[in-house]
Amino acid sequence: MTEVLTYLLLIFLVVCAISVARSRDLLAAVIIFAAYSLVMAILWQLLAAPDVAITEAALGAGVTTLLLIAAIAKTRRQE
Amino acid sequence: MEDVIVRYISRMLLPFVQLYGLYVILNGHLSPGGGFSGGAIIGASMILYALSFNLEEGTKKLSHKTSTILESSGVLLYAGMGLLSILLGTNFLGNKVAGIPIGTPGNLFSSGAIMIITFGVGIKVASTMITLFYSLIEGEEGHEDVHH
Repeated sequence: MTEVLTYLLLIFLVVCAISVARSRDLLAAVIIFAAYSLVMAILWQLLAAPDVAITEAALGAGVTTLLLIAAIAKTRRQE
Repeated sequence: MEDVIVRYISRMLLPFVQLYGLYVILNGHLSPGGGFSGGAIIGASMILYALSFNLEEGTKKLSHKTSTILESSGVLLYAGMGLLSILLGTNFLGNKVAGIPIGTPGNLFSSGAIMIITFGVGIKVASTMITLFYSLIEGEEGHEDVHH
């Protein structure tokens, strides 16, 4: 059961990473990147690294997204 | 942003987020997490406050200048604990050998200087998050304000 979940999350992770790289809309890319970080946090927890999972959830999904959105607000939205 | 739902939800959520951050910092020597993780949670909560209300409300609670001072004081607390061990006659950041009382392992107040050091790291990381956000949002005129 856990293995199926892990594989699903890994597939989702790869799809997220590719779509971040391919997206022309930078705001959409940032939001997909937040989803990537959230899935990464769950995966860290499944890999028995709760320390990294907490940091990834707070920094990757939270602060990095906000700082990148602030940077987009100062510049252009389209690549 | 003038959204009533966002304001009320963030106002309800904020104490719990900050309490959890404080818990992660203070239990840094016992459970997963520590200064960096807990500081990131507290910093994210303060950014949430400044985002869901506006920047003026956020800077009223914690101004840019105060967060810059907190940033330095966190790292000074870390270095001060290290220098205290030198004053007590051992190495930099010496803990038990310097005679700092170590409680029973597993209790909240154990591990001597580690807890205070973790607290310093937490202050540093939390204020770094909010300072980064302020510097990025405020732009040029806010940046000059810091240096005066």
